[in-house]
Amino acid sequence: MLETLINILQLIFSENFILTVVTASTPLLLASSGELLVERSGVLNLGIEGMMIVGAACGFGGAYLSGSVAVGALCGIAAGTALSMIFGILTLGLAVNQVATGLALTILGIGLSGLIGAKFVGEKIVPAVHLDLPILTGIPGVGRILFGEDAFVYISVALIVGIWLFLYRTRAGLVLRAVGDNHTSAHALGYPVLRIRMLAVMFGGACAGLAGAYLPLAYTPFFIPGMTSGRGWIALALVVFASWRPARLVIGAYLFGAVSILGLALQPLHLGVPQQVMNMLPYLATVVVLVLISRTRGTAGSAAPASLGLVFVPDR
Amino acid sequence: MKMWKWYIPAVAAVLALAATTFGGVYAADKLKIGFVYVGPIGDLGYTYQHEVGRQALQKALNDKVDTTYLENVPEGADAERAIEQLVRAGNKLVFTTSFGFMDATLKVANKYPDVFFEHATGFKRAKNMATYAARFYEGRYIQGQIAGKMTKSNVIGYIVSFPIPEVISGINATMLGAQSVNPNVKFKIIWVNSWFDPGKEADAAKTLIDQGADILTQHTDSPAAMQIAEQRGIHAFGQSSDMIKFGPKAQLTADTDYWGNYYIERAKLALDGKWKSDDTWDGLDKGMVVMAPYTNMPDDVKAMAAKTEAAIKSGALHPFKCPITAQDGKAVECKGGSRLADGQILSMDFYVKGVDDKIPGK
Repeated sequence: MLETLINILQLIFSENFILTVVTASTPLLLASSGELLVERSGVLNLGIEGMMIVGAACGFGGAYLSGSVAVGALCGIAAGTALSMIFGILTLGLAVNQVATGLALTILGIGLSGLIGAKFVGEKIVPAVHLDLPILTGIPGVGRILFGEDAFVYISVALIVGIWLFLYRTRAGLVLRAVGDNHTSAHALGYPVLRIRMLAVMFGGACAGLAGAYLPLAYTPFFIPGMTSGRGWIALALVVFASWRPARLVIGAYLFGAVSILGLALQPLHLGVPQQVMNMLPYLATVVVLVLISRTRGTAGSAAPASLGLVFVPDR
Repeated sequence: MKMWKWYIPAVAAVLALAATTFGGVYAADKLKIGFVYVGPIGDLGYTYQHEVGRQALQKALNDKVDTTYLENVPEGADAERAIEQLVRAGNKLVFTTSFGFMDATLKVANKYPDVFFEHATGFKRAKNMATYAARFYEGRYIQGQIAGKMTKSNVIGYIVSFPIPEVISGINATMLGAQSVNPNVKFKIIWVNSWFDPGKEADAAKTLIDQGADILTQHTDSPAAMQIAEQRGIHAFGQSSDMIKFGPKAQLTADTDYWGNYYIERAKLALDGKWKSDDTWDGLDKGMVVMAPYTNMPDDVKAMAAKTEAAIKSGALHPFKCPITAQDGKAVECKGGSRLADGQILSMDFYVKGVDDKIPGK
């Protein structure tokens, strides 16, 4: 029993395990960071999965045709942004129900990505390079984790820090939060509610596109239709898990990634737990942690932005 | 109102257009054949090979058949809808290519007795429903032998999907092959609960390598694990398709399925009116299982593999030759004479001795 526990601890704190966890969590962090900003502005964008997957298709296509991962990443961002603009025009311009539009865009995105990506299936690219600093990367135990990751990982960290700074330390972020909490009052004060929301939606789409592009450019360097495998939905859930707060989002994304990999890594150790339970672990862990967090918070009611999902039409 | 007057010719024009396009369909006498795939044809694995078979069929009998396919059909209740959709579109021969379509196919077959159904890798049949499968385990036995010879750490990583008999018999065949050349081989098995999830397969591959595996094999459909093997500098076996493109230095061989000949044969029977419900289970001998070229291995291992392949083809060697000891040490009852009977292999729900894993759900 003790030996098994030691084995498990050795496993969790091994450099390779943590590296694998980082790669598994990065797409979740990228997509959910963007969605955090979108939801903070009061828009519920359920189309993330669609934006991620067109990001994957266009990202791979761009990298394959140009030979550069950076160009591919930009294509992925552009694809995600373009799809989110459709969402924005429908929900903000035409005041269509946000939930239905988001779901429709997910389905559209999945179909589009299959169409665009069809000619790239079976092709290979040179995947994103990993940082390699002369002494720092070689530090045993943490060198590769801190100084040996690819650009996407560093961008995901910078992104969530940037979002935190934006939301809580800038005036523009304050205005965005105000729009999300009470769009009628914000409008009465003269802030351009729809424009702010549109910009937020485009930003969210860009992040989702980048997250999707990460999959075929760094994670598994090939394109196959459906390769996002539902990560967009998990990103959505993580935003709620994080109570719409950036710090908690990082914890949520890495927790989910870590438990997913743990579920796989524990299987060959024959602990006697059925493998279906192991595969359930990330979702169970997320629910358990959410319950614990909610108990200590003590506030009645939800921490969601008060105008989340509500349609806003100026002067109606 | 004057507006509705121009609706009439517009509607008439649309109806005429529809009549010419759709009328054309019913006027043709090509046999319509439909395929239902569980994954995307771009999986470069299992579904891709069925698509290769379909394209071979279309090419061979181009003037007599009209083939279509539905991809990414989930196993379960929705499959029934998809199969019925093909039947209602006029397809008279429908191939459902995954185990999980079994009950849905049977249901639709009972509803439409004049349409022929062919279900891959299943075991339920009807008067108008046949089954077919490839003896994947023959290829896996050869892979096991190669792995047994090539491994230095004696740990083989195995990435699997669901605990159905086909997967279990695959694990057992690989183990028996490995044990025949190296009694110290151990497997580390990870169940990813999906036929196709490249991210998860890549994670499983990384985990297995970190836990000591130096050869990977899989029963899932994407080339993710092969790529990780290539990245980490170890060897791996491709599944269903030749994955050499993703692992030029890593791939030893691949257990590829080739369905083209079977599809052409069955379509011809349907065209001649001689189609009958049957159970076809062919392997290396009939070319339904084809080993990808043996690469990245020393010549003596290559020679051994080729010899085993020839022996299996001729019938001299059977991967499940008796006596076989089960995981619990007891001898398995041999119902096929000198080897396990086909029925036993098709419903295999036990591990052979040497596999230390528990079958999920048992």
